[in-house]
Amino acid sequence: MAEVLVLVDSAEGTVKKSTFELLTAARALGEPSAVVIGAPGTAAALKDQLAEYGAAKVYVVESDDIAGYSVAPAAEALAAVVEQAAPSAVLVSSSPEGKEVAARLAFKIGSGVLTDAVAVDADGATQSIFGGGVTVQAKVSTGVPVITVRPNSFAPEASAGAADEVAVSVTLSDAAKAAKITDRVVEEKGSRPQLSDASVVVSGGRGIGKADNFSIIEDLADTLGAAVGASRAVVDAGWVGHQLQVGQTGVTVSPQLYIAVGISGAIQHRAGMQTSKTIVAINKDAEAPIFELADYGVVGDLFTVAPQLAEEIKKRKG
Amino acid sequence: MNIVVLVKQVPDTEAERTLNPEDNTVDRGAVDPVINYIDEFAIEEGLRLKEAHGGEVTILTVGPERATESIRKALSMGADKAVHVSDEALHGSDAIQTAKVIAKALGTIEWDVAVAGSEATDSRMAIVPALVAEALGVAQLTLARKVTVDASTVTIERVTDTGYESVQGSTPAVISVVEKINDPRYPSFKGIMAAKSKPVTVLALSDLGIDPGEAGLANAWTQVVSFENAPPRAAGQTVKDEGNGGVQIADYLASKKLI
Repeated sequence: MAEVLVLVDSAEGTVKKSTFELLTAARALGEPSAVVIGAPGTAAALKDQLAEYGAAKVYVVESDDIAGYSVAPAAEALAAVVEQAAPSAVLVSSSPEGKEVAARLAFKIGSGVLTDAVAVDADGATQSIFGGGVTVQAKVSTGVPVITVRPNSFAPEASAGAADEVAVSVTLSDAAKAAKITDRVVEEKGSRPQLSDASVVVSGGRGIGKADNFSIIEDLADTLGAAVGASRAVVDAGWVGHQLQVGQTGVTVSPQLYIAVGISGAIQHRAGMQTSKTIVAINKDAEAPIFELADYGVVGDLFTVAPQLAEEIKKRKG
Repeated sequence: MNIVVLVKQVPDTEAERTLNPEDNTVDRGAVDPVINYIDEFAIEEGLRLKEAHGGEVTILTVGPERATESIRKALSMGADKAVHVSDEALHGSDAIQTAKVIAKALGTIEWDVAVAGSEATDSRMAIVPALVAEALGVAQLTLARKVTVDASTVTIERVTDTGYESVQGSTPAVISVVEKINDPRYPSFKGIMAAKSKPVTVLALSDLGIDPGEAGLANAWTQVVSFENAPPRAAGQTVKDEGNGGVQIADYLASKKLI
C-alpha cells in the first residue's frame, strides 16, 4: 500500500491533536507514516503516541541546526524523507509554519501544494474559501500532492501502528541556514488550548465594553476547557493580544462549538468562524448578523447570560 | 537600503466573492478590486525602512492590467516607483508559479529587502513570501510583527501561537509582515497628485525570460476541479433572555452532547 507521510507537530514532548487528525485522514489514502523533524531527542518522546494513531513508520530527522533556523531546514529535511520514502502524498497541518514548510517542500520536489483542506482524497482536497462562502474541489496535477489540512477537519481515531523508526540524516544547505532563530519568547502563558485547533472556542466582542470585562469570556471558556478568541474590535481596542483575533485577517477556526459573546458578526469576523460545527451566540441586539449563523442564540445581556451559562455548566459537571 | 514591497490586488472582502464558472479562477470582474488589506502594512513598513535607512521603495505587483489602480494607491502612500508584471498568459497561475514570476521580477530591481503582507485576503494561502525566499535561496523572515535593520542584518519578531521568535538574517531577505505591525498612513492629496507621474515599468513574461508554457492555468501544478457556492448557513433558534438564557444555552448544549 502506498505510503502517506504526515509531518508531526508537537510541543514539549506531546504530539498535537492536529497530527492525530492527519494520521487518521492518511489511513483513508494509504499507509500512514509519521515524520518527526526537530532537535535531537524529539522523536523519542513522541514515538509511542504516534504508534497509537497508526503510524507504520516514524521517519526521524534530528539535528541542532534544524531547531536553530526558521522554516527552511524543516522543508529541506522533509524533502529528504520524501526522496527516500517516495510517498503517494504528504500531509501537513495548516498552521502558519506548516503551510510555509509545505510550500517550500512542494517547490523543492516539483509538486503542487494545496492549503487549508477540510477533506482529502487520493489526488486532491476539498477547501472552504472566501470565509466559507465557496466550497472548492481541487487537485494536484503535478508531482506528489502536498496538502495542508485545517485542524478539526477529521475526528482523530486511535489505531495501532508499528511505528518502526527510520533515521534519515540530512546535511543542511547554506540557504536553509539563512534565517537564524536567536530567541523564543512565550507571552501567552496559561493552560488554555491553542485557538487554531481547539475543539471549543469562546470569543468576546465589543459588547464586553472594556478590557477588565474580558474575564467573563475567560471564565466561560475555562468551564468548557475552551480556547479564548476575540473579534477585531476587541483586538484593535487593545483589550487582548493580536494572537486571539478570529476573522478574515486573524485566525480561522473550525471548532466543534463556537460561542460568540457580544459579537455582532461583521463579515470580517464571520469569515474566520462560520465553518464551526455548532455556533452559539449571545448578544443584546436581536438584529445582530451573528444570529443569522447561530444554531442557538440568546438575545440578552451578556453580563448576566454568560456567567449564568458558566455557572450552569459547572453545576452539571458536578 | 533599497526596498521592494510586494503588492497584490484582490476582490473586496466586504463583497460576496466567488469563482468564475468558466475556468474556476477567482472572479475578478464581479467584485471591485482593492489593494490587499495586509499589504498596506507592508507598504507602511517599507516606507518606514526608507525613512530610517534611506534608499528607494519600489512596488512590485503581478496581476492584470487593472491592478494599476492598486499600484497607484501604493505610490500615493509614498513609494517611489513600481514594476507591474502583466501578461494574459499569467491568468490562473497558482502560488508556486506566481512566486517564480516574483523571483524573476526581483532580478530586474536593485533591492536589499522585499516586504510582503503575511497573506492575501482572497487565497489566504500565506505561502508566497516563503516561496519567493525558497526560489531565491535567501533568508525568509516572515510573519513579522516587528522589523529591525542594522546595516545588512535584519531581525524580526516572528509571531507564534504563544508569543514570538526572534529571527535574524542578512540582506537580501524576504520579509512578510502581519497586520497591526504599524499604522498605515493615508495618502495625502500631494501624494495622490505625485503618484500620477511616478514611473511604472510594465513587464511581460518575455521580458523576464519566462516561457508562457510554464505560466497560467493550463500549466499550474494545482487545479480547481469544481466549486460550489456554499448554501448560507441556516439560522437556528433564537430566544429572548427571560432570566434563564444561560440555562437555556446549557440545555441546548446538553441536547447536542456538547457538555
